[in-house]
Amino acid sequence: MGTDSAAGATGTAPPAIELKGISKAFGPVQANKDISIQVRRGTIHGIIGENGAGKSTLMSILYGFYKADAGEIHVGGRKTEIPDSQAAIKAGIGMVFQHFKLVQNFSVLENVILGVEDGALLRPSLSKARKELVHLAKEYELNVDPDETIENLSIGHQQRVEILKALYRQADILILDEPTGVLTPAEADHLFRILANLKREGKTIILITHKLREIMEITDTVSVMRRGEMTATVKTANTNPTELAELMVGRKVLLRVDKTPARPGRTIVEIENLKVTDRFGVERLKGVSLQIRAGEILGIAGVAGNGQSELLEVLGGIRDASGRVEVNGKALALTGRDADAQSRREAGIAHVSEDRQHTGLIMDFAAWENVAFGYHNDPAYQKNALIMDNAAILADAEGKIERFDVRPPDAKLAAKNFSGGNQQKIVLAREIERNPDLLLVGQPTRGVDIGAIEFIHQQIVALRDAGKAILLVSVELDEIFALSDRIAVMFDGKIMGERLPNETDERELGMLMAGMTGKPDGEAA
Amino acid sequence: MDRMPHWADVVLVPVLNVLIAFVLSGLVIWAIGENPFDAMQIMVSGSLGSTYGWGYTLYYATNFMFTGLGFAVASHAGLFNIGGEGQATLGGLGVALMCLFIPWPNWWLAVIGASLGAAVLGAAWAAIPAWLQAKRGSHIVITTIMFNFIAAALLNYLLVNVLRPVGSMDPATANFPKPTTLPELNQILGAIGIPFAKHTPANVSLFIAIAACVLVWALIWHTRLGYQIRALGKSEPAALYAGIRPVRITMYAMLISGALGGMMAVNSTMGESGRLIMNASEGAGFIGIAVALMGRDHPFGIFLAALLFGFLYQGGGELALWANIPRELVTVIQALVILFTGALDNVVRLPLEAAFMRARKRRG
Repeated sequence: MGTDSAAGATGTAPPAIELKGISKAFGPVQANKDISIQVRRGTIHGIIGENGAGKSTLMSILYGFYKADAGEIHVGGRKTEIPDSQAAIKAGIGMVFQHFKLVQNFSVLENVILGVEDGALLRPSLSKARKELVHLAKEYELNVDPDETIENLSIGHQQRVEILKALYRQADILILDEPTGVLTPAEADHLFRILANLKREGKTIILITHKLREIMEITDTVSVMRRGEMTATVKTANTNPTELAELMVGRKVLLRVDKTPARPGRTIVEIENLKVTDRFGVERLKGVSLQIRAGEILGIAGVAGNGQSELLEVLGGIRDASGRVEVNGKALALTGRDADAQSRREAGIAHVSEDRQHTGLIMDFAAWENVAFGYHNDPAYQKNALIMDNAAILADAEGKIERFDVRPPDAKLAAKNFSGGNQQKIVLAREIERNPDLLLVGQPTRGVDIGAIEFIHQQIVALRDAGKAILLVSVELDEIFALSDRIAVMFDGKIMGERLPNETDERELGMLMAGMTGKPDGEAA
Repeated sequence: MDRMPHWADVVLVPVLNVLIAFVLSGLVIWAIGENPFDAMQIMVSGSLGSTYGWGYTLYYATNFMFTGLGFAVASHAGLFNIGGEGQATLGGLGVALMCLFIPWPNWWLAVIGASLGAAVLGAAWAAIPAWLQAKRGSHIVITTIMFNFIAAALLNYLLVNVLRPVGSMDPATANFPKPTTLPELNQILGAIGIPFAKHTPANVSLFIAIAACVLVWALIWHTRLGYQIRALGKSEPAALYAGIRPVRITMYAMLISGALGGMMAVNSTMGESGRLIMNASEGAGFIGIAVALMGRDHPFGIFLAALLFGFLYQGGGELALWANIPRELVTVIQALVILFTGALDNVVRLPLEAAFMRARKRRG
């Protein structure tokens, strides 16, 4: 990747964006502390950092959502005040949010002109936009049907509409916030091609991400943030992932999980022809069959929304299904009263749900109350038939907090006041210490900082080594590769195939995740 | 990070809310040409200035404790039970049936029976909207409001056509038999040597209400049912994840809520009027919502808020009696308090939170 081909020519020109001494505090939390960076014109500048490091705050200041407490913003060498997003757009800054801001039942064209219509009548704006869109599509590989409704577009295409919106508003500087979180590997590759094209045309791109691989792959320069401070800005060519991870976390981290080869034992879980139809009549699982053995981690790869969540929910007792599921040779009820989450726990299934904030934890409950969540019927937590033994729960919680290194170690703090990683540790402590035969884990490290990822992965592997069966669902392919002993790929409610991690690669899995079953190796050869 | 200290959350905010409401009320009184300070004095002396005034204040407060607790239990389960009025009405029917048709030997057996009758009918009245909500998804706010009207109409019919003694022109039941008369507060306090005015409506139900406060506190924070109620109220998806059955917990919470609302009738129907009359609940079901909101669904907060509203009710009554202030304006004052403590809570809360955040920052 030609690091400085475009940037070198403009070495003397003022930087596209320069931030000088930006500070921002929310109450006692210093989200940004005296941050200064220069983003050179025509480069891709990565900003990397853990959750809560202050990346999003910084970009929100740049886009006019927050007002900095101190500091200056210079755009193209001129000091610029950005009190709101209108001012940011005027200064040539465009933003592509992690969660798209599109009107679902409007067409692409209508979304693009929304807010920048010329005059009261739509027709002139629409035809102008149509011409512009054709032009942009050709120039940057940004192909989208202008008349298609947003809800009919794939996530990758929706993201292109967001980029088109920014370009249509004459954006020179494009900020992308975690753009690949929702994309398949192929879609991500396409996005990177678009970004490279944009760069070639002289646009400046700021890429916010927590994925080291993307930084290495596409950026020219990378800035690392930690705890509200900019800890380093380096040329990407002069650094490596290990160094960046260390800069992010502030200590050495293991990027690879240390694990020995699995020694799978007898089959614990036998899933046969599992089908789920949701309340709208849409079939979400279309006959899934899987086996999980003792002492192995089965990883389910797939783009979010292809039935992985439903699979976890059925096994966790949250959703009804048809088919057959056996755990330890005993069939689970898939409908009716005994198909609930209490029965599942009695059957030796523990469940770390995909969404700890909405299901795994009650955010307003204290940590100790959450430790009993799902296990509130445990006799050890009862004083007598009527009264719960709150003191016993608290004591148990304090032990779990210590063993799982939850910080701050305060069992009386509400769950919402812990960071994502520490919330996840509370959930893991609760579920793993039940010593289940089958552990269901969904997105174990979503929104979790690198330091905690390491610990969480170690705990999951330790449970495997204790001879338990583990079903892992993750949209992060890296995580699937790092943890799984066997990988099954889901697409559109079906298992597209099973692979061994050392006999496959991201490309093959990416094809399967996109629903293509043809052997890509065969085609290539 | 909590935005402000706990004491500010539970004490400062409600106190400021009430103060704002009082200041605005004062302006309204001033605007119609009366002296707000005189009015305040009449309210205070009429409700708190004598044990006679206290007798009324505590009587009203007892009503509000029951309906406030009822609302709070449902609220913990995430259910907005606006049907306290109807549940209290049915509770009155339960009290009347128990008192009229069972020959109780003494008051304390009678009060147990009447409480049971009130609780069962109040719970039954809440059970139908609860079931519709849990099973059919019919919104409980709508159904409980409708059930208030049905309850009023039902009681109307029963009092006019069924329960009215032969020859009476009054749509009310016969007086309850003597043994069911509850001891007044002056009898109880007199027994332990505290002088208290005679012939006030405050009665032994006050102590039942206080006991109910303690029991609800234990239920919510120290039982498995309370744990499940709170979990469901915070997040239904999470409840499913934990294997908590939403239908069952919704039913339990509403049954308890309705039972508490119904038990208000022990105070009003059995303790005060001694017979069942029309509109015996006098809007206490609705006041209970404000009481619970102000008390932040905590029984101790509800106890205090019920006292405040008891004071407003009794003081407001005195105001209408002794000052040149129309009855309707008293309602306006009460409404302002409800508005500021309930609906407009954030008017005070948000600036106060911001102030605390700033102060914390200055300290470092």
